[in-house]
Amino acid sequence: MNMTNNGNSRKPLLELQGVSKVFNKEGKDFLALENVELSVGEGEFVCILGPTGCGKSVTLQIVAGLIEQTSGSVILDGTEEHGPGPHKGMVFQEYALLPWRNVIENVEIGLELKHVPGNERHRIAKEQLATVGLSGVEHQRVHEISVGMRQRVAIARALANSPRILLMDEPFEALDALTKEEMQIQILKVWEATRTTILFVTHDVDEAIFLSDRICVMDINPGRLKKVLVNHLPRPRHECMSRTDREFNEMRDEIIGLYSSLKDEELDLII
Amino acid sequence: MACFSEQAIGIVALLLGVSGSIKRLNMADRIEKKQQSRAGKIGVFLMDRSFYVLGVLLFLVIWQAASTLKLFGSDFSEAFSPLAAALALVEMGRDGDIVRHAIPSLRRVLVSLAFAILFALPVGVLVGYFKRLEQLTYVVFQFMRMISPLAWMPIAIIIFGVGDLSVTFLLWLVAIWPLILNTAHGAGRVSPLWLNMAKTMGARDAGILRKIIIPAAIPDMLTGLRLAVGVSWIILVPAEMLGVPDGLGYFILDTRDRFRYDQLIATIVVIGAIGYLLDSANRWLISKYSWKI
Repeated sequence: MNMTNNGNSRKPLLELQGVSKVFNKEGKDFLALENVELSVGEGEFVCILGPTGCGKSVTLQIVAGLIEQTSGSVILDGTEEHGPGPHKGMVFQEYALLPWRNVIENVEIGLELKHVPGNERHRIAKEQLATVGLSGVEHQRVHEISVGMRQRVAIARALANSPRILLMDEPFEALDALTKEEMQIQILKVWEATRTTILFVTHDVDEAIFLSDRICVMDINPGRLKKVLVNHLPRPRHECMSRTDREFNEMRDEIIGLYSSLKDEELDLII
Repeated sequence: MACFSEQAIGIVALLLGVSGSIKRLNMADRIEKKQQSRAGKIGVFLMDRSFYVLGVLLFLVIWQAASTLKLFGSDFSEAFSPLAAALALVEMGRDGDIVRHAIPSLRRVLVSLAFAILFALPVGVLVGYFKRLEQLTYVVFQFMRMISPLAWMPIAIIIFGVGDLSVTFLLWLVAIWPLILNTAHGAGRVSPLWLNMAKTMGARDAGILRKIIIPAAIPDMLTGLRLAVGVSWIILVPAEMLGVPDGLGYFILDTRDRFRYDQLIATIVVIGAIGYLLDSANRWLISKYSWKI
C-alpha cells in the first residue's frame, strides 16, 4: 500500500515507511500499529482519524519521537528521525502547561532551552500569542485562564520554536462543544497565517472533515491505516455553514461507510 | 547545577530578607483596604484575629493563675509566673542578654540550614529523578533519619571538637533528612506529560532538570525547609548545652545555675517566639512560592 502519491502532489515533508509498533504488556506482545505508510506534504493539513485503540496517538508520538517504533522509519525533510526535538512541535490534549509559569513564560520555554536572549524571547512569544488570538493575558497564571485559552497557549508554545511540522494529539477533546468549534476555526487561521504543516489526530469525524486537506482513516485490531481520503471541501472554511454542505455530508457518509464493517462496540466515534 | 545553587541562594536570601517582605505585604494590604473606614478596618481586623488573641490571653491567665495558686510548688511559683518572666524579659532586653544569645543561636541554625540546603536539595532532586538512586538510598535514608542527631554528639565532638562546629554539624544532620526526602518526593512525582512536553521542546537531561524537575519540586522543597527549620530549632537548645559559651540553649543552663528562674522562663518565651517567627517566615515562603494547579 503506497500512499505517497494519493492525492498529494506537493513535496513530501514527512514520510512514514512501514512503521509498526509492538507493545509488551505483561509478557505478551501486542501489535499496536501495523505497517503504516503515510506521507504529508509541505504546508498540508492532514488528519489522522480513528476509533480509540487504532494507534493514531501512537503514530503521532512515534513521529514526535516520544515513542520508538519497532520497525520502519520516520523521515522528515529527507532525513531519518530519531527522538524528539523542537523542529517537531507537539500539542498535547492535556495542554501540558507548567503551572508555576505565567502565560508568556510558558510560551518562552522552548526559546529558553535554545538560549534565545530575553527580549528576543519575549518578542517571539508575544507574536505567537497574537497568532493564536491571545493578547493581554501574557502575565496571567495558567490556572486563571479558560481551557480554550490554555490550549491556545500550548499551540503558541509549539509555534515559538518555528517547527517544521505541528503535531496535534486530540488537542480539542477536553473542550466543550462551543470552545471546540472556536478552536477549530482558530487553528485554521493559524495554519493559513503560518503555512505550517499540521498532522492532527482526532476521533471526531466532523472535526477531521472541517480541518483537513486529507484524512487518514485508521482501523483497529491491529491498528492500521485503512484509507486516505482527499478532502475537496473548499477553503477558507471559517463559516459554520460548511458543516451543513452537501459535500461535507457526502464525505462523512463515506467515512462512516468505511467503518460499517466493524462491530458497533468497537466504535468510539463521535458521529 | 548553576541554576540550582541560584535557587538555594535565593531561598536563603529570602529567609534573611523575609522581614522586609512582610512589611511590603502589609503595605499592599493597606492600599487594598484604603476604601474601608478606619473604625471598620480595625473592627474587621479584631473580628478576624479575636480568637487567636483570645487563645493567647487565656493561656496567660491560666499560667498566671497556676503561679498564683502555687501549682508549681511554693518555691518557684513566683519566678515561674508570666509577670516575672515579662519583667525578666525587659531586664534581659535592656542589658543585651537576649541579643547576645539569640544571635549565635540564629547564626548556627541559619549556617547549618544553608549547608543542609546546598547538600540536600541536589541529593533530593537526583534521588527523586533517578529511580535506581532512590532504591539504592531508600533504606539507608529512612534508617538514618530516625536517629536523633544528639546520638551522634560524642562522635561530632571527637571529629569537630567542643564548640560551634559540632553544634552546626548536629543541626545540619537533623536538617538534611526532611529536605532530602521532601525534595525527592517532589522531584519523583513530576507529571510525565511535562517531561514529554519538555522533550518535544528540545530539552535534554540538564534542561529537564532545570526547567521542569526543580521548579516542580519547589513546593515540596519549601515543605521540607519548613520541617527542617522546625526540627533544627528544637534540636538547637540541647545542642547548645554541649559546651558552647553562648546561645539560647547555653543561657537556659546559665540561668539555672544562677537560680534566675524568671530569666529561664523568659528565655523559653524567647525560644518559642523566635521559633514561631521562623515558622511564619516559612509559611509565607510556601504561600508565595508554591505553584497551584
